[in-house]
Amino acid sequence: MMAETKEKKHEIVIIEKNCKGCEICVEFCPTNTLGMHMGKCVVVDLDKCIGCKMCEIRCPDFAIFVDNPYAENFKKNK
Amino acid sequence: MARKDIDYSKYLRLEYIPHIWCPGCGHGSIMKSIIRAVDELNLDKDKTVLVSGIGCSSRIVGYMDFNTLHTTHGRALAFATGIKLARPELNVIVASGDGDATAIGGNHFIHACRRNIDITLIVFNNFIYGMTGGQYSPTTPVGSYASTSPYGNIDPSFNICRLAEAAGATYVARANVYSIAQADNFIKKGIQNKGFSVIEVITHCPTYYGRKNKLKTPADNLRWQKEVSVSIHRAKKMTPEELEGKIITGEFVNKSEEEYTEKYERLIIEKAQGKI
Ligand SMILES: Cc1ncc(C[n+]2csc(CCOP(=O)(O)OP(=O)(O)O)c2C)c(N)n1
Ligand code: SF4
Ligand code: SF4
Ligand code: SF4
Repeated sequence: MMAETKEKKHEIVIIEKNCKGCEICVEFCPTNTLGMHMGKCVVVDLDKCIGCKMCEIRCPDFAIFVDNPYAENFKKNK
Repeated sequence: MARKDIDYSKYLRLEYIPHIWCPGCGHGSIMKSIIRAVDELNLDKDKTVLVSGIGCSSRIVGYMDFNTLHTTHGRALAFATGIKLARPELNVIVASGDGDATAIGGNHFIHACRRNIDITLIVFNNFIYGMTGGQYSPTTPVGSYASTSPYGNIDPSFNICRLAEAAGATYVARANVYSIAQADNFIKKGIQNKGFSVIEVITHCPTYYGRKNKLKTPADNLRWQKEVSVSIHRAKKMTPEELEGKIITGEFVNKSEEEYTEKYERLIIEKAQGKI
Protein backbone atom coordinates (compact mmCIF):
# COMPACT_ATOMS: atom_id res chain seq x y z
CA MET A 1 0.00 0.00 0.00
CA MET A 2 2.69 2.50 1.01
CA ALA A 3 4.76 1.73 -2.08
CA GLU A 4 1.72 2.29 -4.23
CA THR A 5 1.13 5.67 -2.58
CA LYS A 6 4.60 6.82 -3.51
CA GLU A 7 4.17 5.81 -7.10
CA LYS A 8 0.85 7.48 -7.70
CA LYS A 9 -1.14 10.11 -5.86
CA HIS A 10 -4.75 9.39 -5.22
CA GLU A 11 -7.38 11.66 -6.63
CA ILE A 12 -9.82 13.11 -4.10
CA VAL A 13 -12.81 15.00 -5.45
CA ILE A 14 -14.87 17.08 -3.01
CA ILE A 15 -18.28 18.24 -4.16
CA GLU A 16 -18.51 21.39 -2.12
CA LYS A 17 -22.20 22.06 -2.66
CA ASN A 18 -23.05 18.60 -1.24
CA CYS A 19 -20.77 18.82 1.80
CA LYS A 20 -22.65 19.61 5.01
CA GLY A 21 -19.51 19.82 7.13
CA CYS A 22 -20.39 16.88 9.37
CA GLU A 23 -16.67 16.04 9.78
CA ILE A 24 -17.21 12.27 9.62
CA CYS A 25 -14.64 11.91 6.83
CA VAL A 26 -12.10 14.02 8.71
CA GLU A 27 -12.53 12.21 12.05
CA PHE A 28 -12.17 8.72 10.62
CA CYS A 29 -9.55 9.21 7.92
CA PRO A 30 -6.75 6.91 9.13
CA THR A 31 -4.01 9.17 7.76
CA ASN A 32 -5.18 12.73 8.57
CA THR A 33 -5.37 13.58 4.89
CA LEU A 34 -8.49 15.67 5.35
CA GLY A 35 -9.43 18.75 7.34
CA MET A 36 -12.11 21.40 7.58
CA HIS A 37 -12.12 24.91 6.19
CA MET A 38 -15.06 27.33 6.45
CA GLY A 39 -17.44 24.50 7.33
CA LYS A 40 -16.47 22.29 4.40
CA CYS A 41 -14.16 19.32 4.03
CA VAL A 42 -10.81 20.02 2.37
CA VAL A 43 -7.73 18.00 1.45
CA VAL A 44 -4.89 19.00 3.76
CA ASP A 45 -2.15 16.67 2.60
CA LEU A 46 -2.84 14.53 -0.44
CA ASP A 47 0.50 12.72 -0.11
CA LYS A 48 -0.79 11.00 3.01
CA CYS A 49 -3.86 9.47 1.35
CA ILE A 50 -3.70 5.68 1.02
CA GLY A 51 -6.84 5.45 -1.13
CA CYS A 52 -8.79 3.35 1.38
CA LYS A 53 -12.03 5.10 0.33
CA MET A 54 -13.39 5.03 3.88
CA CYS A 55 -14.28 8.73 3.57
CA GLU A 56 -16.20 8.10 0.37
CA ILE A 57 -18.02 5.12 1.85
CA ARG A 58 -19.01 6.82 5.10
CA CYS A 59 -19.87 10.30 3.79
CA PRO A 60 -23.66 10.56 4.07
CA ASP A 61 -23.83 13.25 1.39
CA PHE A 62 -22.13 12.21 -1.88
CA ALA A 63 -19.61 14.95 -1.16
CA ILE A 64 -16.24 13.14 -1.28
CA PHE A 65 -14.93 10.61 -3.79
CA VAL A 66 -11.56 8.92 -4.06
CA ASP A 67 -10.24 7.61 -7.38
CA ASN A 68 -13.83 7.47 -8.55
CA PRO A 69 -14.27 8.32 -12.25
CA TYR A 70 -17.96 9.06 -11.72
CA ALA A 71 -17.47 11.79 -9.10
CA GLU A 72 -17.89 14.50 -11.72
CA ASN A 73 -21.53 13.45 -12.25
CA PHE A 74 -22.32 15.14 -8.96
CA LYS A 75 -21.11 18.46 -10.28
CA LYS A 76 -23.64 18.44 -13.09
CA ASN A 77 -26.85 19.05 -11.16
CA LYS A 78 -27.68 22.53 -9.88
CA MET B 1 -8.49 -2.57 0.07
CA ALA B 2 -9.44 -2.30 -3.57
CA ARG B 3 -13.05 -1.41 -4.05
CA LYS B 4 -14.82 -1.19 -7.34
CA ASP B 5 -15.62 2.29 -8.60
CA ILE B 6 -19.26 2.93 -8.38
CA ASP B 7 -21.47 5.44 -10.12
CA TYR B 8 -23.83 6.39 -7.31
CA SER B 9 -25.48 8.99 -9.53
CA LYS B 10 -26.94 6.25 -11.71
CA TYR B 11 -29.38 5.35 -8.93
CA LEU B 12 -30.30 8.87 -7.84
CA ARG B 13 -32.68 11.61 -8.83
CA LEU B 14 -29.82 14.07 -8.90
CA GLU B 15 -32.06 17.12 -8.94
CA TYR B 16 -32.98 16.32 -5.30
CA ILE B 17 -29.37 16.00 -4.11
CA PRO B 18 -28.11 17.30 -1.67
CA HIS B 19 -30.79 15.55 0.35
CA ILE B 20 -32.68 17.06 3.25
CA TRP B 21 -31.15 14.90 6.02
CA CYS B 22 -29.26 16.81 8.73
CA PRO B 23 -25.45 17.09 8.60
CA GLY B 24 -23.97 13.72 9.56
CA CYS B 25 -27.31 11.87 9.70
CA GLY B 26 -26.62 8.17 9.18
CA HIS B 27 -29.55 7.73 6.80
CA GLY B 28 -27.43 9.02 3.89
CA SER B 29 -24.77 6.39 4.55
CA ILE B 30 -27.42 3.64 4.48
CA MET B 31 -28.80 4.96 1.20
CA LYS B 32 -25.30 4.65 -0.26
CA SER B 33 -25.01 1.12 1.10
CA ILE B 34 -28.28 0.17 -0.63
CA ILE B 35 -26.92 1.63 -3.88
CA ARG B 36 -23.73 -0.43 -3.61
CA ALA B 37 -25.72 -3.61 -2.93
CA VAL B 38 -28.13 -3.05 -5.80
CA ASP B 39 -25.25 -2.17 -8.12
CA GLU B 40 -23.36 -5.33 -7.28
CA LEU B 41 -26.44 -7.41 -7.92
CA ASN B 42 -26.99 -5.58 -11.19
CA LEU B 43 -30.67 -5.16 -10.42
CA ASP B 44 -32.73 -3.68 -13.24
CA LYS B 45 -33.90 -0.28 -11.98
CA ASP B 46 -37.17 -0.62 -13.83
CA LYS B 47 -37.89 -3.96 -12.18
CA THR B 48 -37.11 -2.72 -8.69
CA VAL B 49 -39.59 -1.01 -6.41
CA LEU B 50 -38.61 0.91 -3.29
CA VAL B 51 -41.43 1.49 -0.83
CA SER B 52 -41.39 3.55 2.36
CA GLY B 53 -43.72 4.86 5.04
CA ILE B 54 -43.23 8.15 6.88
CA GLY B 55 -40.21 9.41 8.79
CA CYS B 56 -36.83 10.94 7.97
CA SER B 57 -35.63 7.52 6.79
CA SER B 58 -38.71 7.11 4.63
CA ARG B 59 -37.72 10.16 2.60
CA ILE B 60 -35.23 7.91 0.80
CA VAL B 61 -37.83 7.13 -1.86
CA GLY B 62 -37.67 10.72 -3.07
CA TYR B 63 -33.97 10.41 -3.83
CA MET B 64 -33.61 6.99 -5.38
CA ASP B 65 -34.36 6.45 -9.04
CA PHE B 66 -36.31 3.20 -8.86
CA ASN B 67 -40.04 2.78 -9.06
CA THR B 68 -40.84 4.37 -5.73
CA LEU B 69 -43.84 4.62 -3.46
CA HIS B 70 -44.03 6.91 -0.45
CA THR B 71 -46.93 5.58 1.61
CA THR B 72 -48.43 6.20 5.05
CA HIS B 73 -46.75 5.86 8.44
CA GLY B 74 -46.16 2.23 9.35
CA ARG B 75 -47.92 0.81 6.31
CA ALA B 76 -45.11 0.45 3.79
CA LEU B 77 -45.08 -3.35 4.16
CA ALA B 78 -48.80 -3.56 3.43
CA PHE B 79 -48.35 -1.63 0.18
CA ALA B 80 -45.25 -3.66 -0.65
CA THR B 81 -47.15 -6.91 -0.07
CA GLY B 82 -49.79 -5.77 -2.55
CA ILE B 83 -47.14 -4.92 -5.15
CA LYS B 84 -45.35 -8.24 -4.72
CA LEU B 85 -48.57 -10.27 -4.97
CA ALA B 86 -49.70 -8.41 -8.08
CA ARG B 87 -46.26 -8.48 -9.75
CA PRO B 88 -44.15 -11.28 -8.21
CA GLU B 89 -41.39 -10.75 -10.79
CA LEU B 90 -40.45 -7.35 -9.29
CA ASN B 91 -37.73 -6.83 -6.68
CA VAL B 92 -39.46 -5.17 -3.77
CA ILE B 93 -37.43 -3.32 -1.14
CA VAL B 94 -38.88 -1.46 1.83
CA ALA B 95 -37.10 1.25 3.83
CA SER B 96 -38.40 1.99 7.29
CA GLY B 97 -37.47 3.75 10.52
CA ASP B 98 -37.54 2.01 13.89
CA GLY B 99 -40.76 3.86 14.70
CA ASP B 100 -42.29 3.21 11.31
CA ALA B 101 -41.42 -0.51 11.38
CA THR B 102 -41.93 -1.47 15.01
CA ALA B 103 -44.28 1.08 16.62
CA ILE B 104 -47.17 2.04 14.33
CA GLY B 105 -46.11 -0.61 11.79
CA GLY B 106 -45.33 -3.38 14.29
CA ASN B 107 -48.21 -5.55 13.21
CA HIS B 108 -47.42 -5.30 9.52
CA PHE B 109 -43.85 -6.18 10.42
CA ILE B 110 -44.57 -9.43 12.26
CA HIS B 111 -47.14 -10.58 9.72
CA ALA B 112 -44.84 -9.96 6.77
CA CYS B 113 -42.23 -12.06 8.62
CA ARG B 114 -44.79 -14.79 9.25
CA ARG B 115 -45.76 -15.05 5.58
CA ASN B 116 -42.22 -15.17 4.24
CA ILE B 117 -43.11 -12.99 1.28
CA ASP B 118 -40.15 -12.10 -0.96
CA ILE B 119 -39.59 -8.54 0.24
CA THR B 120 -36.41 -7.03 1.69
CA LEU B 121 -37.01 -4.73 4.63
CA ILE B 122 -34.21 -2.39 5.67
CA VAL B 123 -34.82 -0.84 9.09
CA PHE B 124 -32.94 2.40 9.75
CA ASN B 125 -32.73 2.09 13.54
CA ASN B 126 -31.71 5.41 15.10
CA PHE B 127 -33.49 4.63 18.41
CA ILE B 128 -35.80 7.63 18.14
CA TYR B 129 -38.50 9.37 16.11
CA GLY B 130 -36.32 11.76 14.15
CA MET B 131 -38.88 13.44 11.97
CA THR B 132 -41.26 14.53 14.70
CA GLY B 133 -38.75 15.89 17.19
CA GLY B 134 -37.05 13.07 19.07
CA GLN B 135 -39.79 11.14 20.86
CA TYR B 136 -38.75 7.71 22.18
CA SER B 137 -39.45 4.69 20.00
CA PRO B 138 -39.80 0.97 20.72
CA THR B 139 -36.02 0.61 20.32
CA THR B 140 -34.89 3.49 22.55
CA PRO B 141 -32.48 1.92 25.06
CA VAL B 142 -33.51 1.88 28.72
CA GLY B 143 -32.09 4.94 30.45
CA SER B 144 -31.73 6.98 27.24
CA TYR B 145 -33.20 10.43 26.88
CA ALA B 146 -35.79 11.52 24.36
CA SER B 147 -38.12 14.50 24.23
CA THR B 148 -40.81 12.25 25.76
CA SER B 149 -38.46 10.66 28.31
CA PRO B 150 -36.79 13.65 29.96
CA TYR B 151 -35.99 11.52 33.06
CA GLY B 152 -34.68 8.56 31.05
CA ASN B 153 -36.65 5.87 29.22
CA ILE B 154 -37.95 3.02 31.40
CA ASP B 155 -39.64 0.93 28.68
CA PRO B 156 -37.71 -2.23 27.73
CA SER B 157 -36.77 -2.02 24.07
CA PHE B 158 -37.53 -4.32 21.18
CA ASN B 159 -34.70 -6.31 19.65
CA ILE B 160 -35.74 -6.00 16.01
CA CYS B 161 -33.71 -8.98 14.80
CA ARG B 162 -34.99 -11.30 17.51
CA LEU B 163 -38.53 -10.15 16.78
CA ALA B 164 -38.04 -10.88 13.07
CA GLU B 165 -36.54 -14.27 13.80
CA ALA B 166 -39.34 -15.27 16.18
CA ALA B 167 -41.99 -14.13 13.70
CA GLY B 168 -40.50 -16.25 10.89
CA ALA B 169 -38.33 -14.08 8.62
CA THR B 170 -35.95 -16.26 6.61
CA TYR B 171 -33.02 -13.81 6.42
CA VAL B 172 -32.20 -11.62 9.41
CA ALA B 173 -29.06 -9.57 9.95
CA ARG B 174 -27.81 -6.48 11.74
CA ALA B 175 -25.07 -4.04 10.79
CA ASN B 176 -24.21 -0.48 11.74
CA VAL B 177 -23.24 2.71 9.96
CA TYR B 178 -19.76 2.72 11.52
CA SER B 179 -18.97 -0.53 9.67
CA ILE B 180 -21.29 0.25 6.79
CA ALA B 181 -19.55 -2.00 4.25
CA GLN B 182 -20.93 -4.98 6.21
CA ALA B 183 -24.44 -3.66 5.56
CA ASP B 184 -23.77 -3.76 1.79
CA ASN B 185 -23.24 -7.48 2.05
CA PHE B 186 -26.28 -8.13 4.24
CA ILE B 187 -28.55 -6.06 2.01
CA LYS B 188 -27.24 -7.95 -0.99
CA LYS B 189 -27.92 -11.31 0.66
CA GLY B 190 -31.32 -10.11 1.84
CA ILE B 191 -32.32 -9.19 -1.70
CA GLN B 192 -31.02 -12.53 -2.97
CA ASN B 193 -33.01 -14.47 -0.37
CA LYS B 194 -36.27 -15.70 -1.83
CA GLY B 195 -38.41 -14.84 1.16
CA PHE B 196 -38.83 -12.13 3.76
CA SER B 197 -35.54 -10.51 4.76
CA VAL B 198 -34.92 -8.04 7.55
CA ILE B 199 -31.71 -6.04 7.65
CA GLU B 200 -31.50 -3.77 10.66
CA VAL B 201 -28.90 -1.05 10.29
CA ILE B 202 -27.98 0.77 13.49
CA THR B 203 -27.74 4.43 12.57
CA HIS B 204 -27.73 7.76 14.33
CA CYS B 205 -29.81 10.87 14.62
CA PRO B 206 -27.24 13.39 15.82
CA THR B 207 -29.89 16.12 15.89
CA TYR B 208 -32.19 14.52 18.47
CA TYR B 209 -30.87 11.26 19.89
CA GLY B 210 -27.26 12.42 19.85
CA ARG B 211 -27.92 15.81 21.35
CA LYS B 212 -30.02 14.38 24.18
CA ASN B 213 -27.60 11.55 24.96
CA LYS B 214 -24.21 13.25 25.19
CA LEU B 215 -23.23 12.23 21.67
CA LYS B 216 -22.71 15.73 20.38
CA THR B 217 -21.15 15.27 16.96
CA PRO B 218 -21.90 12.76 14.20
CA ALA B 219 -18.44 11.27 14.85
CA ASP B 220 -19.30 10.78 18.56
CA ASN B 221 -22.35 8.79 17.46
CA LEU B 222 -20.24 6.59 15.20
CA ARG B 223 -17.68 6.01 17.95
CA TRP B 224 -20.53 4.97 20.26
CA GLN B 225 -21.70 2.45 17.66
CA LYS B 226 -18.21 1.03 17.45
CA GLU B 227 -17.96 0.77 21.25
CA VAL B 228 -21.25 -1.02 21.86
CA SER B 229 -21.13 -3.39 18.89
CA VAL B 230 -20.06 -7.00 19.28
CA SER B 231 -19.94 -9.47 16.42
CA ILE B 232 -22.12 -12.53 16.70
CA HIS B 233 -19.01 -14.73 16.81
CA ARG B 234 -17.53 -12.85 19.75
CA ALA B 235 -20.93 -12.65 21.47
CA LYS B 236 -21.13 -16.45 21.56
CA LYS B 237 -18.17 -16.49 23.93
CA MET B 238 -19.53 -13.77 26.21
CA THR B 239 -21.72 -14.06 29.33
CA PRO B 240 -25.14 -12.36 29.54
CA GLU B 241 -23.59 -9.88 31.99
CA GLU B 242 -20.82 -9.03 29.54
CA LEU B 243 -23.39 -8.57 26.79
CA GLU B 244 -25.46 -6.12 28.83
CA GLY B 245 -25.84 -2.91 26.81
CA LYS B 246 -24.06 -4.39 23.78
CA ILE B 247 -25.51 -4.58 20.27
CA ILE B 248 -24.79 -7.79 18.42
CA THR B 249 -24.04 -7.49 14.71
CA GLY B 250 -24.02 -10.26 12.13
CA GLU B 251 -26.33 -12.73 10.44
CA PHE B 252 -28.91 -14.33 12.72
CA VAL B 253 -31.06 -16.28 10.25
CA ASN B 254 -30.38 -17.50 6.73
CA LYS B 255 -32.70 -20.33 5.80
CA SER B 256 -34.81 -21.48 2.92
CA GLU B 257 -38.58 -21.90 3.13
CA GLU B 258 -41.35 -21.76 0.53
CA GLU B 259 -41.99 -18.18 -0.50
CA TYR B 260 -45.47 -16.70 -0.17
CA THR B 261 -46.26 -15.65 -3.76
CA GLU B 262 -45.13 -19.08 -5.00
CA LYS B 263 -47.28 -20.78 -2.42
CA TYR B 264 -50.15 -18.50 -3.38
CA GLU B 265 -49.71 -19.42 -7.04
CA ARG B 266 -49.51 -23.13 -6.22
CA LEU B 267 -52.31 -23.41 -3.67
CA ILE B 268 -54.71 -20.60 -4.44
CA ILE B 269 -54.48 -19.40 -8.04
CA GLU B 270 -54.21 -22.85 -9.58
CA LYS B 271 -57.11 -24.05 -7.44
CA ALA B 272 -59.23 -21.04 -8.30
CA GLN B 273 -58.57 -21.67 -11.99
CA GLY B 274 -59.56 -25.30 -11.58
CA LYS B 275 -56.07 -26.60 -12.50
CA ILE B 276 -55.79 -28.69 -9.33
C1 LIG C 1 -50.64 7.95 11.25
C2 LIG C 1 -49.51 8.84 11.66
N1 LIG C 1 -49.18 8.94 12.95
C3 LIG C 1 -48.15 9.72 13.33
C4 LIG C 1 -47.45 10.43 12.39
C5 LIG C 1 -46.32 11.32 12.84
N2 LIG C 1 -45.02 10.76 12.56
C6 LIG C 1 -44.35 11.07 11.43
S1 LIG C 1 -42.85 10.34 11.31
C7 LIG C 1 -43.05 9.62 12.84
C8 LIG C 1 -41.98 8.76 13.46
C9 LIG C 1 -40.72 8.71 12.70
O1 LIG C 1 -39.77 7.92 13.36
P1 LIG C 1 -39.04 6.72 12.65
O2 LIG C 1 -40.01 5.86 11.93
O3 LIG C 1 -38.20 6.03 13.65
O4 LIG C 1 -38.16 7.41 11.53
P2 LIG C 1 -36.98 8.51 11.61
O5 LIG C 1 -37.65 9.84 11.39
O6 LIG C 1 -36.32 8.41 12.93
O7 LIG C 1 -36.08 8.15 10.49
C10 LIG C 1 -44.29 9.94 13.39
C11 LIG C 1 -44.77 9.48 14.71
C12 LIG C 1 -47.83 10.29 11.04
N3 LIG C 1 -47.16 10.92 10.05
N4 LIG C 1 -48.87 9.50 10.70
S1 SF4 D 1 -18.34 13.26 5.42
FE1 SF4 D 1 -19.10 14.21 3.55
S2 SF4 D 1 -20.55 15.81 4.21
FE2 SF4 D 1 -19.35 15.20 5.99
S3 SF4 D 1 -17.67 16.71 6.04
FE3 SF4 D 1 -16.93 14.91 4.90
S4 SF4 D 1 -17.36 15.38 2.76
FE4 SF4 D 1 -18.56 16.80 3.98
S1 SF4 E 1 -9.21 7.48 1.00
FE1 SF4 E 1 -8.73 6.89 3.11
S2 SF4 E 1 -6.76 7.86 3.47
FE2 SF4 E 1 -7.60 8.86 1.66
S3 SF4 E 1 -8.67 10.65 2.47
FE3 SF4 E 1 -10.17 9.00 2.35
S4 SF4 E 1 -10.17 8.06 4.38
FE4 SF4 E 1 -8.31 9.29 4.21
S1 SF4 F 1 -33.80 14.63 12.54
FE1 SF4 F 1 -32.39 12.95 12.96
S2 SF4 F 1 -33.08 11.25 11.65
FE2 SF4 F 1 -34.02 13.15 10.89
S3 SF4 F 1 -32.61 13.87 9.28
FE3 SF4 F 1 -32.05 14.90 11.18
S4 SF4 F 1 -30.45 13.60 12.07
FE4 SF4 F 1 -31.50 12.38 10.52
